[in-house]
Amino acid sequence: MAKKTTASKKDKKTAEKKKIKKPVIKEEKPKKTPVKKTKEPKTISKTTDAKKTKKIKKETAKKPVKKETKKEEKAKKIKRKKTKKEEKPVEITIVPKPKTVEEPKGHKELREEILKILKDEYLPLSIIDDIILIVIKEKGLKKKLKEIIKKSLESYKKTLIDPSEACGIVGAQSIGEPGTQMTMRTFHYAGVAEINVTLGLPRLIEIVDARSIPSTPMMNIYLRDEYCLNPDLAKEVANQIEITLLNDISDISADLTNLVIFIDPDKKSIEKKGIDMEDLLDAVKKIRKTDAKIEKNRVKISLDDPSYKKLLEVTETLKGLKVKGIDGIKRIIIRKEPDEGYVIYSEGSNLEKVLEIVGVDPYRTTTNDIQSVGRVLGIEAARNMIIQEAYNTLSEQGLNVDRRHIMIVADVMTSGGTIKAIGRHGVSKEKESVLSRAAFEITVAHLLQAARRGEVDHLGGVAENIIVGQPVNLGTGAVELVMKRTSGKKKKK
Amino acid sequence: MVKTSEKQSFDIMSHDLVPLHIIISDKEKKELFEKYNIAPENLPKIFDSDPVIKSIGAKPGQITKIVRKSHTAKEAVAYRLVIESNE
Repeated sequence: MAKKTTASKKDKKTAEKKKIKKPVIKEEKPKKTPVKKTKEPKTISKTTDAKKTKKIKKETAKKPVKKETKKEEKAKKIKRKKTKKEEKPVEITIVPKPKTVEEPKGHKELREEILKILKDEYLPLSIIDDIILIVIKEKGLKKKLKEIIKKSLESYKKTLIDPSEACGIVGAQSIGEPGTQMTMRTFHYAGVAEINVTLGLPRLIEIVDARSIPSTPMMNIYLRDEYCLNPDLAKEVANQIEITLLNDISDISADLTNLVIFIDPDKKSIEKKGIDMEDLLDAVKKIRKTDAKIEKNRVKISLDDPSYKKLLEVTETLKGLKVKGIDGIKRIIIRKEPDEGYVIYSEGSNLEKVLEIVGVDPYRTTTNDIQSVGRVLGIEAARNMIIQEAYNTLSEQGLNVDRRHIMIVADVMTSGGTIKAIGRHGVSKEKESVLSRAAFEITVAHLLQAARRGEVDHLGGVAENIIVGQPVNLGTGAVELVMKRTSGKKKKK
Repeated sequence: MVKTSEKQSFDIMSHDLVPLHIIISDKEKKELFEKYNIAPENLPKIFDSDPVIKSIGAKPGQITKIVRKSHTAKEAVAYRLVIESNE
């Protein structure tokens, strides 16, 4: 089975290039995925590209539950036409969860065996997985399984960090040193042409500062099902996401003698964006104290109490009026990625709203706005995002920092349930001891203030203990020796 | 006219960035504290207003076990204490 799929993959790759082997692939497919038979002919008729067939295969492996929802969606489209003139029909499609791939049987049995040998001991999953892969490859090793695990446990324990090791300091140094080599100010076109993204040191500072809005918010919007295969559907989704202002698609002219405003929409751009006159009228009607009507190919706006000043005011608001799209998303670029199909990249970010758009894959779409990830997906997702963003920023500059150091930073930032900033003065909102503050800046003022308030210092940190003249509570300093007195007494007797 | 406002909803727990959260039982809680010799306050916190906590329905005082996808260990287990948010 496994061999078959790899072979067919190769076929597809060649087919992609030359488009000759297409019919062969079509024949092969039902063999591989017999469950999906009913779905396949549908998609093939729609999309005859070899590239697309590759995508389908991926899809079937991941989410075979799709069939139902497709029907639902079709039904909804019909419904939509019917309900067009009723009051706000909000239809909620539930996107099915992506299905996880199960591991082969032989691996499962071996895993259970290993866990049995391990009992209460702990080995990371990655090591167990590696052992399984190697043992299955070389059959003779299975007899020595016990010994293998014993040895790997031994070396795993050796590599663990010691208790009371100052891992935070080590992490800070490991990120700080390569950080000195980073470019101070770079604006780079990250992967996507035309979209400007802050990278390098400014971006790293931004991540650690936990700023509410990054200087260049950006989103990677992945599409699901047929949306990522069909360019027209992808364009449709993009139109729903990208913000369209009235000024962009029409001419706004004020008639000063009659005190009315005319909006002349540009036919081409309106069609391109998928907006009709009623959409326009609807958007314009939101402005207070005005009345709007459709007159031939234009929208006429009259004021409730006409005045010259009011007319100019309304004209200004009309220019910035949103007709379609999501607030905050300024520009969009659709690109065809080799394995993904169509992917939308956006300048500006609004995770909450984008995930609600039909056609967006809500399980993969991400933004570089860490605070909004925290709001929408929770603190753990924010932690993952901090690690990912910081790591990518560092490695993009050719700096190799171990992920574990960044993980410490992310852990500290998110340990309180919210995303806390780490700045020059340490973790924000954290109480700092008087003595360490005094050791850093304006000594006398800090000590005086502390004396007036009657502050207490628990001597927890490094600076405080050095000032007082006792071992720092770190590493060997954290260990206290206790002697067993009983043995000594026995000897005396 | 009102354009169709079609929306899609999804389970945030299945997002790529969200790890598995499980509420642990009192027995597991006791074992955890004994194993590491800690008090609940020593654990990292998570607010009950957190979208994931809302979705699994944990109450303040409970502890969630979080199975993170890790690049170094593939799977890493962490715990967070659910606390009341002051918002």
